[in-house]
Amino acid sequence: MTERVVIIGAGQAGAQAAASLRVEKFDGAITMIGAETEPPYQRPPLSKAYLQGALEKSRLYLKPVEFYEKHSIDLRLGVRASAIDRAAKTVTLEGGEALSYDKLLIATGAPPRKLKAPGAELAGIHYLRSIADSDALGPVLKSGERIVIVGAGYIGLEVAAVARKAGLPVTVLEAMERPLQRVAGPEVSAFYADLHRSAGVDLRIGAMVAGFEGEGRVRAAVLKDGETIPCGAVLVGVGAAPETGLAEAAGLKVENGVWVDDHARTEDPAIWAAGDVTNHPSALYGRRMRLESVPNAIEQGKAAAVNMAGGDMVYDTVPWFWSDQYDVKLQTAGISEGADARVVRGAPGERKLAVWYLKEGRLLAVDTMNDPPSFLIGKKLIAAKSTPDPKILADSAADLKSLLS
Amino acid sequence: MPKITFIEHSGAEHVVDADVGLSVMEAAVRNSVPGIDADCGGACACATCHVYVDAAWIEKTGKPEAMEESMLDFAHEPKENSRLSCQINMTADLDGLIVRLPEFQG
Ligand SMILES: Cc1cc2nc3c(=O)[nH]c(=O)nc-3n(C[C@H](O)[C@H](O)[C@H](O)COP(=O)(O)OP(=O)(O)OC[C@H]3O[C@@H](n4cnc5c(N)ncnc54)[C@H](O)[C@@H]3O)c2cc1C
Ligand code: FES
Repeated sequence: MTERVVIIGAGQAGAQAAASLRVEKFDGAITMIGAETEPPYQRPPLSKAYLQGALEKSRLYLKPVEFYEKHSIDLRLGVRASAIDRAAKTVTLEGGEALSYDKLLIATGAPPRKLKAPGAELAGIHYLRSIADSDALGPVLKSGERIVIVGAGYIGLEVAAVARKAGLPVTVLEAMERPLQRVAGPEVSAFYADLHRSAGVDLRIGAMVAGFEGEGRVRAAVLKDGETIPCGAVLVGVGAAPETGLAEAAGLKVENGVWVDDHARTEDPAIWAAGDVTNHPSALYGRRMRLESVPNAIEQGKAAAVNMAGGDMVYDTVPWFWSDQYDVKLQTAGISEGADARVVRGAPGERKLAVWYLKEGRLLAVDTMNDPPSFLIGKKLIAAKSTPDPKILADSAADLKSLLS
Repeated sequence: MPKITFIEHSGAEHVVDADVGLSVMEAAVRNSVPGIDADCGGACACATCHVYVDAAWIEKTGKPEAMEESMLDFAHEPKENSRLSCQINMTADLDGLIVRLPEFQG
């Protein structure tokens, strides 16, 4: 009998796994269930080129639509999986249909955290995860009215940059002490605060949102200190939460994500998980982590596919990420948490900077702004658990390549 | 429609149609040409879409910009004719373009 793989979630990780299963010569049936009506697509441009109107929708698609038919991947779009029955090995779809599986992949991603505040349900308050979200935000950029952005994380700051380019007045509200506080060091935060302020963004730190005002439609954001900021729209970017409901209801271990091993397998030998939704071990860092990035979705999706097809592939790569704001490209490799020292390369005030994070001499991570060599070398050094000479890291004139030998 | 020939490191050739306006990387991905990973989807952030442009086409494809050039420096076996294929946009002029793939990306 042909083996049946069911994939829940037709996003970056799910699509990667489906394609990789065929590359691995898996010749059983593949069914991929996606709640959205679009075929699998890349999300990064939704807050960058696509939002700006500089990229057609079809260029977001990870594969042309014909790809799935050609590779006998049964793509079921616009329908949610509503339950997993591990004993019967079935996935139930909303509407009642049950699909049998021999192997199941959970790739349900991490939708935005919702803001709980009075007025948070008003029209004109946006979140950004999907094409539909970006399409809804697009017209706002033509309104000329102030946009208030709640949260100075990557998505909030990227939208701020696009909105400024479109000529909108922009206010960014960040509850913590600096932008990107959760993910980057103070030098990186200062770089971005300066970048946005010099582009005309009204960036407020330590700013707490109390709620929103408006008749049906948002007209102002209200801060805890009482200040009212009139606006035409709001974008909330306060992080994402893993979509673990199905796994949890099915009795799988869930703790800040679906718990998987280094082979992307859950505690149920017939179920794997990949992408934003997983909490996975990292041998490199000696701890567990949950990541939200395209490279993580691709590599873990690939590992899950290889292992589902009977192979043996450990997932343990150096995490990395990028972000585009104005004319600055950020590339980051590794995870800086736990660092006991930071080394800065490049002069402050220049639009080129690298910040290296070390722990007991070992390189944990590097954040680079317009500095691809530091990023690419950093990634290799991190993978090798190197202890590079901080003097060379700090010296813009020194050749980083010497560190690789 | 313009055509591009991708030649794998092994010598295997893939001739694909490429819409004007798409990048050379997108033409490869849409046609499942192996050996172009393109992890960042064309953001010039990953350097996993590295190709060698055939000598006859170098003039027409143009020179890499500074950011691309510094990424290429760290790709696998960079050469004079190395490019990131996501940074070459297809035009009618490039009909018949030939690019070769490195042994591996990254
Ligand atoms: C605006 C934005 C910008 C970003 N920029 C970058 C960037 O520059 N660089 C970077 O590396 N990463 C970036 N990311 C993050 C990156 O897009 C994600 O990490 C990646 O998409 C994760 O892939 P995934 O497959 O785990 O989840 P997703 O791509 O989110 O796919 C999950 C899919 O599962 C579906 N689903 C959920 N539950 C069900 C169900 N019960 N039944 C059926 N379907 C279901 C969802 O609708 C969704 O379509 C960005 C994300 C956003 C939103
Ligand atoms: S696709 Fe990532 S650099 Fe070209």
